[in-house]
Amino acid sequence: MKALVAIKRVVDPYVKIRVKTDGSGVETDNVKKAINPFDEIAIEEAIRLKEKNIVSEVILVAIGDDKTVESIRAGLALGADRAIHIQFENTLSPLTTAKILKNITEKEKPQLILLGKQAIDNDNNQVGQMLAGLLDYPQATFASKIEIADNQATVTREIDGGLETLKLSLPAVITSDLRLNTPRYATLPNIMKAKSKPLETIDFDSLGIANQNTLEVIKVLEPKKRQAGKRVENVMELIDLLKNEAKVIA
Amino acid sequence: MTALVIIEHQDAQINPLTSNILNAASQVSSKVTALVIGYQLEKILEQVKILPNISQIIVADSQVYQHQLAENVSKLIAKHAKDYDYIFCASSSFGKDILPRVAALLDVEQVSDITEIIDQSTFIRPIYAGNAYTEVKVEAKPVIITVRASAFDKLTGEQNNVDVISDDTIFEASKTMFINKEQTKSERPELTNARVVIAGGRGLQNSENFQLLEKVADKLNAAIGASRAAVDAGFVPNDYQVGQTGKIVAPDLYIAVGISGAIQHLAGMKDSKVIVAINKDPEAPIFQVADYGLVGDLFEILPALEKALN
Repeated sequence: MKALVAIKRVVDPYVKIRVKTDGSGVETDNVKKAINPFDEIAIEEAIRLKEKNIVSEVILVAIGDDKTVESIRAGLALGADRAIHIQFENTLSPLTTAKILKNITEKEKPQLILLGKQAIDNDNNQVGQMLAGLLDYPQATFASKIEIADNQATVTREIDGGLETLKLSLPAVITSDLRLNTPRYATLPNIMKAKSKPLETIDFDSLGIANQNTLEVIKVLEPKKRQAGKRVENVMELIDLLKNEAKVIA
Repeated sequence: MTALVIIEHQDAQINPLTSNILNAASQVSSKVTALVIGYQLEKILEQVKILPNISQIIVADSQVYQHQLAENVSKLIAKHAKDYDYIFCASSSFGKDILPRVAALLDVEQVSDITEIIDQSTFIRPIYAGNAYTEVKVEAKPVIITVRASAFDKLTGEQNNVDVISDDTIFEASKTMFINKEQTKSERPELTNARVVIAGGRGLQNSENFQLLEKVADKLNAAIGASRAAVDAGFVPNDYQVGQTGKIVAPDLYIAVGISGAIQHLAGMKDSKVIVAINKDPEAPIFQVADYGLVGDLFEILPALEKALN
């Protein structure tokens, strides 16, 4: 079976972001970029399923400008077989993204569609669920364990207060949580090999999907800063302040 | 303007943060309908009826909705959503799972995890794990919203005389089978809903030492949290994690013990009303956000704290 993994190129998670002074957005020019960490986990899971001979081919799909190819090659270097690049200069909304992925799913017919649970830039946590809804596929979000057998996926999900296990009939959409696996590092031979792996480029406009976005970003703001408070000398002083100054304990 | 609030519940209890969601809904709508989906909902209905500012309850009580699976629950919500201007749900694991799917079925975008309502169509939400905020304007109806419950106070006020309407529509979840749910058992308040949270980091060194935190937590009726470092080291289960990829909390009092204060962790707790940091490293970034900082050895401080709270 084929596995399709959707990946997004984002600001590297270890970079401290800066809000533009005019409030128009977050500075992303000349900032280090990386594959969204949750998407990297999704790639790793697909590759492991391939190594277990459950998945036959791992296909990456990414949307973005020409520089996105760099992230796609990085994903191929981890062990994916080929990739599809949907070329588009700007950011697309989660719903439009889901519509593109639906289009690719209908062409490629993967049994398994893996995505990160959210991208760490806009933190929307929507695309996987929207894709499953558009396709009328079953979904399992926030996966921490995936087992595939008999054309079914048994998925353990991280939910508030514990874990839930669902069994999905394939094809299905699964989104990865942090503890699904620890992604490998690409080896030099695999980085070299990735350069010659098939990469298909599709112009977004050729898909016939409207670029609609009913959400308009008015401005981007700095978070409210917290001031450092006072240092206390000992436990008795701390408790006294919590009782009598902050009044948060009785 | 009309709003539909999806009531989250589990084990015959509504989510204790439901009235925070109602507060958000009431800021844009004077007429709020509650949608309750599940199986054997008598006890849930009793709790929903006494919530403030609800004018109507729609109940879908069927075994097919017992495990509240996204596949079919989203269809039921979408069916009703067309009749409202706004759909609200908590940005809990339940709301995050189900509501984007509803939005897709209705061909509209979703506004995720709002922390503030500016006006009828303008909302504030965090991006980059709370390292920036974005103000967004929504141009389509219905407006689909998940709410960061801790950013809103509980709604208080009068309960109304509520109409209860039953919806017997059955949507099957034919491609999703529920296997089981393992809840982490705890006598303590739930992390995202506790008034006091005491959290431990790598400084605790091992899982046994979390008992030192528990003893203090007992005195304060606190929930216990942890940094990602402590979770990754296996000291505590993953659902203890406070931070960007874990729980977002905003209690009255947050006590960070042996937590250095990585951006990742701060994103999950910096909206707490009062923050206390206990750390042996005086340069630890956690002190930058703490109202009260105590530099010292946590293995001496925690027992002293427990004793002093007697």
